[in-house]
Amino acid sequence: MNLGQHAGFIVAAYGVAVIVVTALIGWIAADYRRQTRTLRRLEASGITRRSAAIAPAAGTAPSRAAP
Amino acid sequence: MTLTELANPTRFLALVARLMPWLTAATALLLIAGLYQTFAVAPDDYQQGATVKIMFLHVPFAWLAMFGWAIMSISALGTLVWRHPLADVSAKAAAPIGAAFTFLCLVTGALWGRPMWGTYWEWDARLTSVLILFLMYLGVMALWRAVEDPSRAARAAAVFTLVGAINLPIIKFSVDWWNTLHQPASVLRLGGPTIHMSILAPLMVMALAFSLMFVTLHLAAMRNEILRRRIRTLHLMQAAAPRAG
Amino acid sequence: MTALAALIQRELRIALRVGGGALIGVLFFLTVVVLMPFAIGPDLALLKRIGPAILWLGAMLASLLTLDRLFTADHDDGSLDIIAMSRMPLEITCAAKAFAHWLASGLPLIVATPILGLMLNLDPAATTAVALTLLIGTPALTFTGMIGAALAVTLRRGGLLLSVLVLPLSIPILIFGVAASNAAVVGPTPFGTPFTILAALTLTSLVVGPFAAAASLRQGLD
Repeated sequence: MNLGQHAGFIVAAYGVAVIVVTALIGWIAADYRRQTRTLRRLEASGITRRSAAIAPAAGTAPSRAAP
Repeated sequence: MTLTELANPTRFLALVARLMPWLTAATALLLIAGLYQTFAVAPDDYQQGATVKIMFLHVPFAWLAMFGWAIMSISALGTLVWRHPLADVSAKAAAPIGAAFTFLCLVTGALWGRPMWGTYWEWDARLTSVLILFLMYLGVMALWRAVEDPSRAARAAAVFTLVGAINLPIIKFSVDWWNTLHQPASVLRLGGPTIHMSILAPLMVMALAFSLMFVTLHLAAMRNEILRRRIRTLHLMQAAAPRAG
Repeated sequence: MTALAALIQRELRIALRVGGGALIGVLFFLTVVVLMPFAIGPDLALLKRIGPAILWLGAMLASLLTLDRLFTADHDDGSLDIIAMSRMPLEITCAAKAFAHWLASGLPLIVATPILGLMLNLDPAATTAVALTLLIGTPALTFTGMIGAALAVTLRRGGLLLSVLVLPLSIPILIFGVAASNAAVVGPTPFGTPFTILAALTLTSLVVGPFAAAASLRQGLD
């Protein structure tokens, strides 16, 4: 594969794109882990939302509360 | 599943959990196909040589920069008019993703401009408009961060987003006008009359791949935001509850 | 109609009395424009060429600086809630407040323009052109900025956020204001084209501004 005389710019453009997209994905994934962990900790300590206590039909919260 | 049913965040979370693997797989497959086509199939442009490969990133990013604001505008309508509970969440989640793609559009544009125009930054009408769009994304994010109460921030951000949506075409028009006034129109532009199919096909695949990536990330960010609000509610309840033991 | 007149009168009185601060905008305008030659150098030919742009930038920053006062003081002492509860539609109220604000802090800028034009070596025709475009353009700045002011007051954290939100939205006004002024001085386009577009922008902002500001206040004040 020959990228011609401007190979540096092409590589740089794809490099920046990879870095930013990876950072975005990583940030969202890390945020998700942080939120679920906090939520689990809170629910394990006995604090639940009223709606989660009444309607566990499609809920994810009550099942996760068990350690 | 209708839009009204999705107003229940728990149902929405269940739907996201079911869709997420499929969306991720589809995004990855399309991205691989697009990259393969870009580097192995698509020919070099007779004028621009291999730098045309930057276009396969730049154009999808430019499209997503506008797509992001469109999503935010629809969500803003959802907040102000229909008071859909997920509209706030959607608007807030879309802002950083849109800003990231707008930033990428600017950077790839600069890296494309250097070999083609001989300068990283040209006060070209399109580049300038995208720069202003980026500034407005940052403004919305600052607005979201300025207030703690999410629903209050949502309504302010919704008003600003809609005003911005009205203003964006005006800005584009003004910058176009300003640009033709100040600059001899001699910059080398992509195109000519038509884009050949061999270039257009990979471009479409890449655009579709990145659009799917946007949607996937948006849904994931919405899920995070819903969880964050739950935690906020729980913290508030914890603070409000009498100390029982 | 009397309520409207009373509101405008009240706003003007508050703006012009001691502590009202409307005239600080002009002072800021003078200072900014006087500072420019120190940065650029006392080259009269250059100043003459970029004079309209300097004047427009100064006026834009000055009107941005005073925008903060549009709702903040009324919100702090609670009169904004009372005004919002009155029978007059909130949109009309917002328009009246912005109009009074423009009279108190926008018009003085235009009055100061000829003096500053002299200092920047602009000839009378150019000064007239700049003053005319400012006369038509500054209402658009006020009415667009009012949206930002309304957002900032409902968030109780105005200041810098206001400028970050408002400045990108005012780019078209700046472009056509400066273009019309320059067209009158050097050409190449006729004065009428950018000037009528500027007037159109002002008319649009007169419509959109009050509605957006009222919507934001209504959402935020509950």
